Amino acid sequence: MLSSSIGYYSLIFGLCVSIVIIFLSIRNFKISNNLDKKILIFSFVQFALVLVSFLGLISAFVFSDFSNETVFNNSHTTKPLFYKITGTWGNHEGSLLLWLLVLTLFIFIFLLKSKNQPNKYRILTVIFQQIIIFGFFTFLIKTSNPFNYLFPINEEGLGLNPILQDPALAIHPPILYLGYVGSSIIFSSVLAATTLNNINIYWAKHIKVWVLTSWVFLTLGILLGSIWAYYELGWGGFWFWDPVENVSLMPWLALTTLFHCLLVLEKRPIFKSWVIILSISTFTLSMCGTFLVRSGILNSVHTFANDPERGLFILSFLFVLVFISIFIFFIFHKNDENYSSPIFLLSKETSLVINNWFMMYFLSVILIGTVYPIFLDVISSQKISVGPPFYHKLLIPFLIPFLIFMAIGPRLKWIKSELKGKSNLILLLIISLFLSFFIIRNFDPNYLLNSILIGSAFYLFFITIQDFFIKKKRLSQNVAHFGFSLLILSILFNNILSKEIITNLRVGESYKNKDLEIVFNDLIKEDKKNYVSFTGNFSITDKSFKSLLKPELRVYNQPNIITSEADIKITLYRDNFITINSVKNEDYFNVRYLVKPFMLWIWISVLLIVLGGLTSLLKKND
Amino acid sequence: MYGRKVKLRFLFIASVFLSLILSAFLILKSLEENVVYFKSPSDIQFLEEIKNQKIRVGGMVKENSIKVLPEKINFIVTDYKNEIYVVYSGVLPNLFSEGKGVVAEGFLKDRNFFEATKILAKHDENYMPPEVKEALKEK
Repeated sequence: MLSSSIGYYSLIFGLCVSIVIIFLSIRNFKISNNLDKKILIFSFVQFALVLVSFLGLISAFVFSDFSNETVFNNSHTTKPLFYKITGTWGNHEGSLLLWLLVLTLFIFIFLLKSKNQPNKYRILTVIFQQIIIFGFFTFLIKTSNPFNYLFPINEEGLGLNPILQDPALAIHPPILYLGYVGSSIIFSSVLAATTLNNINIYWAKHIKVWVLTSWVFLTLGILLGSIWAYYELGWGGFWFWDPVENVSLMPWLALTTLFHCLLVLEKRPIFKSWVIILSISTFTLSMCGTFLVRSGILNSVHTFANDPERGLFILSFLFVLVFISIFIFFIFHKNDENYSSPIFLLSKETSLVINNWFMMYFLSVILIGTVYPIFLDVISSQKISVGPPFYHKLLIPFLIPFLIFMAIGPRLKWIKSELKGKSNLILLLIISLFLSFFIIRNFDPNYLLNSILIGSAFYLFFITIQDFFIKKKRLSQNVAHFGFSLLILSILFNNILSKEIITNLRVGESYKNKDLEIVFNDLIKEDKKNYVSFTGNFSITDKSFKSLLKPELRVYNQPNIITSEADIKITLYRDNFITINSVKNEDYFNVRYLVKPFMLWIWISVLLIVLGGLTSLLKKND
Repeated sequence: MYGRKVKLRFLFIASVFLSLILSAFLILKSLEENVVYFKSPSDIQFLEEIKNQKIRVGGMVKENSIKVLPEKINFIVTDYKNEIYVVYSGVLPNLFSEGKGVVAEGFLKDRNFFEATKILAKHDENYMPPEVKEALKEK
């Protein structure tokens, strides 16, 4: 009761502070070259207010205050304390409040960390960022107030969707948000820098830290979501080209491209317009993602409620932002013609242009695949969906040259490079192709594409390993690229060598084929705090491998939902994955057994990629 | 005639254009082949021809229609006007049950018989896929 009111009023005050900061900054921008101390103080006050509001919501959840509508809709007294807390951002209203919290935190950190930048630029960035913050405040208060009062007060809440009651999912939204929201700083900063014609080498060095930070968080956030879908949703894979996954991958691709462009801009003043466009699109794509996910247009886990008003608001807000940025880009951005920029065909710049081309291609394929069904629904009310075959067909062939360029590119020098002394590059390519040819021949003789693909992945793999020994100065890049090659290799082997068996069994029955036997031994029922658990006992004999797996079926009482908990035996070489599901309360159980080779390596390689980003962040001169 | 710089720039623009056209062509072509259409049981009754193409069928699972066999599951999808018989062997989502909405992906064998390759998961018992909701509303 009390905490909700405190939370609500802090939100209102936060909104007012936003207006104050905008006015202060505009005046400050006009009259002086020094940053007004008050802006810094007010930014902190704003952050503190949102934090109070957020803590207010958390305490409403912890003490199960069902006079609060959000708490009533998403919590329950029997829920474990940990999930009461994480349930705060497991719903639409709370997650937006978290988003706002990160927004205000980031602009405050930005002000602290940008002291060596021109003051006009800092002030302007604050103005743009406050416009975004203002938009989110109004959005939150107007369409999704987390502190709505409910009367009469209910005794018990509706409970949190059990699939969200999971440790990976508890930290997935905050981490992902740090990535998304980080892109808003890049957006404001690039607009400010464009207006002041300040896009230069120093700016590139300064913004690179923000790009890397959001990139690291975005990558981690996607990884966590993916792991969660693997074991909790029982999807049994790491990526499904689900629209919701796609909307997180698109800003990731844009951000990765942006980062690589900044590497050039750090050295030479070229690619300026391209950097501006990329920064704007990264944020636009993040916002688009929020819009698609929140408006209920996409059919997904994240669809909390279908409220057209929310979608409309985000959409109009997005249009305003895009309009402002296009306006600024065309009015203020001037390409300095007098800088002559010789680019030779064989140089790092060219390889980065090629990298950009591929990234943009991947991005547009995913964008079209995700948006086209919505578009078609609106114009012709035909309902379609675009599945994995579409993406595989368009993306996989292009991965081959992409991987090869990724291997060669970092070996080239800036401006101009010579072919001399590069014969070992070709030698390695031949070795990798041979190696993959022999591997593929043993498993899967038909796939020419696979063997070339694995060959190019091996190529990158060997070259990056070699790089670890030759040059030490670009460790971060090497780690990340090595991680990427490992990722592609694990994905490919995972795809080729996966096995899946689906069958319906009763207790005591068994399934048998030529190299595998699954026996359903028994089923144990147990009462837990907020659910009833049924644990199946399966013994699996798979050639030399023998194991006992215990998948679980949970029947939650509030809300009344059944979830399957996969049992996964993880080893370095493969995951053995089993889930069960009841069908129509009959004796039969729907059993799914998967063998997923190198699953662990997929997660490890993504962590390596993240580690690469972190190394670059920590090493200032890298 | 033209300087080296102009030539290079022309080459660059031409290659950008070519690659743009090429990628647009590839994407559109592949879209055409890999799109999955959504139909309600009534839509299927009015289909002109049965193509061997992957589609999605959505509606409610009819009461008392689920039959479980060791290697497959049979059930009936209805939109309360028309219905279609579905046979499926594969993973069932947790919320699959009689009287609830369902979306099945697979191939149409004839107007009354559908062979599903995938049942799409839902994550919330009260949540109904927008397609299904609309398909039911039209009736």
